[in-house]
Amino acid sequence: MAESNGAAFEQPASFAFDAESAAEIDRLVTKYPPGKQASAVIPALYVVQKQMKRQTGSAWVPLKGMDAVGARLGMPPIRVYEVATFYFMFNTHPIGKFHLQVCTTTPCWLRGSDAVTAACREATGIQEWGETSADGLFTMTEVECVGACVNAPILQVDDDFYEDMDAERVKSLIEALRRGERPALGSAIGRQTSAPEGGPNTLTTLQFAPET
Amino acid sequence: MLQDKDRIFTNLYGIHDPFLKGARARGDWDNTAEILARGRDAIIDEIKKSGLRGRGGAGFPTGLKWSFMPKQADRPCYLVVNADESEPGTCKDRDIIRHDPHKLVEGCLVAGFAMGACAAYIYIRGEFYNEAVALQHAIDEAYAAGLIGKNACGSGYDYDVFLHRGAGAYICGEETALLESLEGKKGMPRMKPPFPAGVGLYGCPSTVNNVESIAVAPTILRRGAAWFSSLGRQNNTGQKVFCISGHVNKPCNVEEELGIPLRELIEKYAGGVRGGWDNLLAVIPGGASVPLLPKSICDEVLMDFDSLRAVRSGLGTAAVIVMDKSTDVIKAIARLSKFYMHESCGQCTPCREGTGWMWRVMTRMVEGRAEPSEIDTLEQVTRQVEGHTICALGDAAAWPIQGLIRHFRPVMLERIEAYKSRSSTRPVPMAAE
Ligand SMILES: Cc1cc2nc3c(=O)[nH]c(=O)nc-3n(C[C@H](O)[C@H](O)[C@H](O)COP(=O)(O)O)c2cc1C
Ligand code: SF4
Ligand code: FES
Repeated sequence: MAESNGAAFEQPASFAFDAESAAEIDRLVTKYPPGKQASAVIPALYVVQKQMKRQTGSAWVPLKGMDAVGARLGMPPIRVYEVATFYFMFNTHPIGKFHLQVCTTTPCWLRGSDAVTAACREATGIQEWGETSADGLFTMTEVECVGACVNAPILQVDDDFYEDMDAERVKSLIEALRRGERPALGSAIGRQTSAPEGGPNTLTTLQFAPET
Repeated sequence: MLQDKDRIFTNLYGIHDPFLKGARARGDWDNTAEILARGRDAIIDEIKKSGLRGRGGAGFPTGLKWSFMPKQADRPCYLVVNADESEPGTCKDRDIIRHDPHKLVEGCLVAGFAMGACAAYIYIRGEFYNEAVALQHAIDEAYAAGLIGKNACGSGYDYDVFLHRGAGAYICGEETALLESLEGKKGMPRMKPPFPAGVGLYGCPSTVNNVESIAVAPTILRRGAAWFSSLGRQNNTGQKVFCISGHVNKPCNVEEELGIPLRELIEKYAGGVRGGWDNLLAVIPGGASVPLLPKSICDEVLMDFDSLRAVRSGLGTAAVIVMDKSTDVIKAIARLSKFYMHESCGQCTPCREGTGWMWRVMTRMVEGRAEPSEIDTLEQVTRQVEGHTICALGDAAAWPIQGLIRHFRPVMLERIEAYKSRSSTRPVPMAAE
């Protein structure tokens, strides 16, 4: 039994790669030179996290999963633990079905990340960073700049960026997730990726050869 | 002002097909074999003549960097592409990766060939999941079309391109931390020397370059060094993707010439400062790590490496973070201090302890819960961190605070005064952190 943010959780007694994961790891290690399969540790930990999501609905990496990665890559368990805890994207305890990651670094803050945070709290009932909502649907995490600042503020849900957010848009996104929908990712105000609102004012005069 | 015909990233906004068919229509992969046939030295020479400086932040001459790789090596050599893009304010590599991925893949081939590498590893930040999917698709297409892999482009040269995802750690953008991470370890920077060109990935000669530095190379080689160096300014040649965020009417990315006036950049492309130019308070011109500039400097300054250095800031990643007069500038910088504290790898004492200390003091400065003399103490601590660490994260944590003190000391003092007058009966705790 371990604790995370006050909530007790159970480490599974065992972990074994399923067929999908095993095939994925076999493919991953071919990217690296012979003997350098430790390079695949981060990708392999993602494989564990994804398998847990498939099997339990929660994307996280249990200790037994780290051990399985170590055994597969020929690494001492401690080396895998070090990696799993150094990198922010591995959840070392269970999380909710949806991972709400609010970017609050300065460029997002300047454009209203406080309102995004407040709206997430209101819509989920979550009080503190790192907590999971009572219904188990949402975990809220504060993240640093996710690299999409001209579309700030950003709310990242699992692997998807929802951009140009405000309180209302956050609330309707969360309601949609509750209904089992997955709204289109990207700009919530429908602008063309990182172009200025209203449409690009460069790259408008180009003509390309016909696509063949 | 840059004309569309001189823009390199012709699909910056993803309006057109990012993948092979569309990329070919935009001129990518056009007779790449001819470029390779010129030979290693000729390619490096052309890049040197173009004046291209690294787009990852430090501005090191790219051709010169490539020339450090051994001419003859008994071990494999690697090109490592830095797609970690984590400097707050910066989101340009993201657009290249998702909208113009073939420029990067072709760049990997020509750059890797020029430095005698057998493969490129592209290290992409873990948060860029969807971007990684797009890039992997482009890589797969390039293999299937014989553009990379065995006998790449029919050149007789065998070359692999591998994509590797990180997992959320700003420090992995530092080139040696990136190498450690790629080897399957914690991302902790290495001492230099040895430099990666001697001992890099797996102990082999390696060169680490930013996505944009690599992605512009094929176009430079096609259109020639003279074309590239005719853009921009002396010693600051070429074009660059700028990211304009914060308090502007229309935040955006845009490709422009180096040396464009900051004011023109903001007004022409980002719809101007919210409330007009006179409502401008300050700009961070090159990503979170560089010192901010007050409006008086922003009025005139040009956006290139040397012009920004001359005003004691830097071009960095060309990420322009705009703050209007409604901004609590102390809080804006304090939030960056929190970022550096969070991202310090903890290896060096001045950085590990200093970033936490600076953040705690900055938090008090936001409230004004400090003594005026502590501003000098804070400044001195930044000097003790700067230059005394293994990697430049220590400097990056120090510079934003130095910029704040240099240009906004009166605001900090005012805040302290206001706090004192509110709570004159309560003693002010000293900085015994
Ligand atoms: C803390 C830290 C973070 C960095 N992050 C990045 C990054 O995300 N992307 C990048 O290209 N360079 C980053 N750099 C710079 C790299 O160390 C390196 O200089 C750069 O990738 C070299 O590429 P270039 O010569 O093409 O600019 C960072 C440096 C430091 C000290
Ligand atoms: S300066 Fe900071 S981030 Fe860089 S090696 Fe030292 S402790 Fe790590
Ligand atoms: S600060 Fe939020 S994406 Fe950059």
